[in-house]
Amino acid sequence: MNAPRTLYEKVWDSHQVVDLGNGECLLHVDRHLLYEVTSPQAFDGLREAGRRVRRPELTLAVADHNVPTEDRAGGLAAITDPDSRLQVATLERNCAEFGIPYVPLTSRHQGIVHIIGPELGLTLPGTVIVCGDSHTSTHGAFGALAFGIGTSEAEHVLATQTLVQKPSRTMLVRIDGTLGVGVTAKDIVLHIIGAIGTGGATGHVIEYAGGAIRALDMAGRMTICNMAIEAGARAGMIAPDDTTFAWLAGLPFAPEGTAWDDAVAQWRTLPSDLGANYDRTVVIDAATIEPMVTWGTSPEAVTTIGGHAPDPAREAEPRQRAQVERMLAYMDIAPGAALAGLPIDIVFIGSCTNARIEDLRAAADVARDRHIAPGVRALVVPGSGQVKAQGEAEGLDQVFRAAGFEWRDAGCSMCLGLNPDRLQPGQRCASTSNRNFEGRQGPGGRTHLMSPAMAAAAAVTGRLTDVRTLAR
Amino acid sequence: MTPFTRLTAIAAPLPVANVDTDMLLPARFLKTVSRKGLGTALFHAQRFDMDGAERPDFPLNRLPWRGAEILVALDNFGCGSSREHAPWALEDFGIRCIIAPSFADIFYGNCFKNGMLPIVLDAAKVERLMADAEQPNTATMTVDLQRQTIVRANGEVIDFSTDPQRRQRLLDGVDEIAQSLTFEKTIAAHERSWRTAAPWVRELTVGFAATGTGC
Ligand code: SF4
Repeated sequence: MNAPRTLYEKVWDSHQVVDLGNGECLLHVDRHLLYEVTSPQAFDGLREAGRRVRRPELTLAVADHNVPTEDRAGGLAAITDPDSRLQVATLERNCAEFGIPYVPLTSRHQGIVHIIGPELGLTLPGTVIVCGDSHTSTHGAFGALAFGIGTSEAEHVLATQTLVQKPSRTMLVRIDGTLGVGVTAKDIVLHIIGAIGTGGATGHVIEYAGGAIRALDMAGRMTICNMAIEAGARAGMIAPDDTTFAWLAGLPFAPEGTAWDDAVAQWRTLPSDLGANYDRTVVIDAATIEPMVTWGTSPEAVTTIGGHAPDPAREAEPRQRAQVERMLAYMDIAPGAALAGLPIDIVFIGSCTNARIEDLRAAADVARDRHIAPGVRALVVPGSGQVKAQGEAEGLDQVFRAAGFEWRDAGCSMCLGLNPDRLQPGQRCASTSNRNFEGRQGPGGRTHLMSPAMAAAAAVTGRLTDVRTLAR
Repeated sequence: MTPFTRLTAIAAPLPVANVDTDMLLPARFLKTVSRKGLGTALFHAQRFDMDGAERPDFPLNRLPWRGAEILVALDNFGCGSSREHAPWALEDFGIRCIIAPSFADIFYGNCFKNGMLPIVLDAAKVERLMADAEQPNTATMTVDLQRQTIVRANGEVIDFSTDPQRRQRLLDGVDEIAQSLTFEKTIAAHERSWRTAAPWVRELTVGFAATGTGC
């Protein structure tokens, strides 16, 4: 009888190529995802050393971070910023030279790398997935071990299809019970980060479990795994179940026929064994979670929409006090101020955290038959061309347009403002993205993170608003 | 890779927790296709005002810390994105060693791959080094990776520890890819057996059409 193992340990064990001693292993990689920002230097490294890509057929590249979100039909030539165009052109050239499958800008499959991987059925339970981007943790929602790597590591994967890794510690985050009305996956993960801090899971892989997680659809599970990194975790994982299998069935690269049956049978053995040991366990009652909104410049600077910004005068520890003062000054929020009612300038509904069709539906439900407040600009940026097409098939584009929102092409967009979608200094943004760091959405911009429904509520009222007060 | 053995240099104090990768290098500087030249953008929002003029109060803008090669900071240094541009910017500025009570995982690993040494020390020791770094006459310290010691200006020796394998690679300046490729046969054998065990991991042998519905 083998010792009980966690989901993480099972995936790790099946991918361990060789033990290098001292806890380090070479780990086999099933899928390597590439995009334009973090890959050029990896290809340079290969060229300098005269190396080839070992398994191009397990690699996929797409441009997402830099791409404009309008007038896309012109492809590369339509990117007006010369630096952005050079990065995308470099990716295209590297993919051609090394034989790597590339999703062109004009393909309907183009989109944010963490949205198209699952959509194409490339993200499968029990696999190891890496990408030079920290939000690779998103793919863990399927029971994959998925994590962000640096450019040197990307070069290592290109050359060897393996990574040098040490096992992480494990952390179980169990959300028991049922979520309240108007409370979403985004609120769960912001609540967790508020509770354990941005360094709370450093060195750990989080496994999310419990009734409230099981009840989530795949979109919600991806949102929660996406932001595992914001709690410092190496990766986030959720055991695959019937919800997972139903979502995957029939996707372009999902297995078919008997291979599908064999795969599902195998995937059913992945969930953590009874009695498996975690280095740390956190238990949260879903009923205590409310719609959340950040007030500061770190995802842990978060509270409920009914809550208040902290008062630095109450912080005994001088450095802590200075940090809170700095955040409030940057965000232009008075000490102890109520968050509900803060006027906003911009609304951004998008990013790999919340730009799937389910997210757009939730936002559209709030926007339907309403209009954005005067002076507010609101962007909806679907996570992929597929999401955009689906949204249009359902008429969501009409709902948003009628309400005064912009309906744009897929990409990272205002999540980090590498393309022209960027906050101006001093602008306050209700955003469904994942990071509220200083200048993240544009220099001097102020970001409040929240769920898609909450962001839509902010758009139609012009203020941070508890979406539950808009219920019809 | 440049080996890291022993470094006697000025340490700059940065008494801030959760220094994130956007602070280290704002996203708009990510639009480069080279590893070099990012030093001028390091801590851009902290070092320069909106008009591009240096902020005189930021340590790296002041003497003697303009020439710092060591950085002393607080908890969770390097949190945020996995972008290696953050350590590249530090390295290009001239920083080769960062001392903090804790680091974000990906950033920590990225440092080693770029010939930089991140040192984890308990908070009390970091405070002593922070106090040293804050005074020009005590800001110079010696980091010795062979002995795993930091020697303060007053002669006190502080021990640290580093993962033995990473330490050796740093000392030798080893190319990790070359090292891994020595396991070529083992990698190939694992690939064969995994392909048998998980034939459902499909390979991408078809291209993606530029337009339309093909994939
Ligand atoms: S949407 Fe934002 S967080 Fe996600 S991959 Fe793009 S830039 Fe990164």
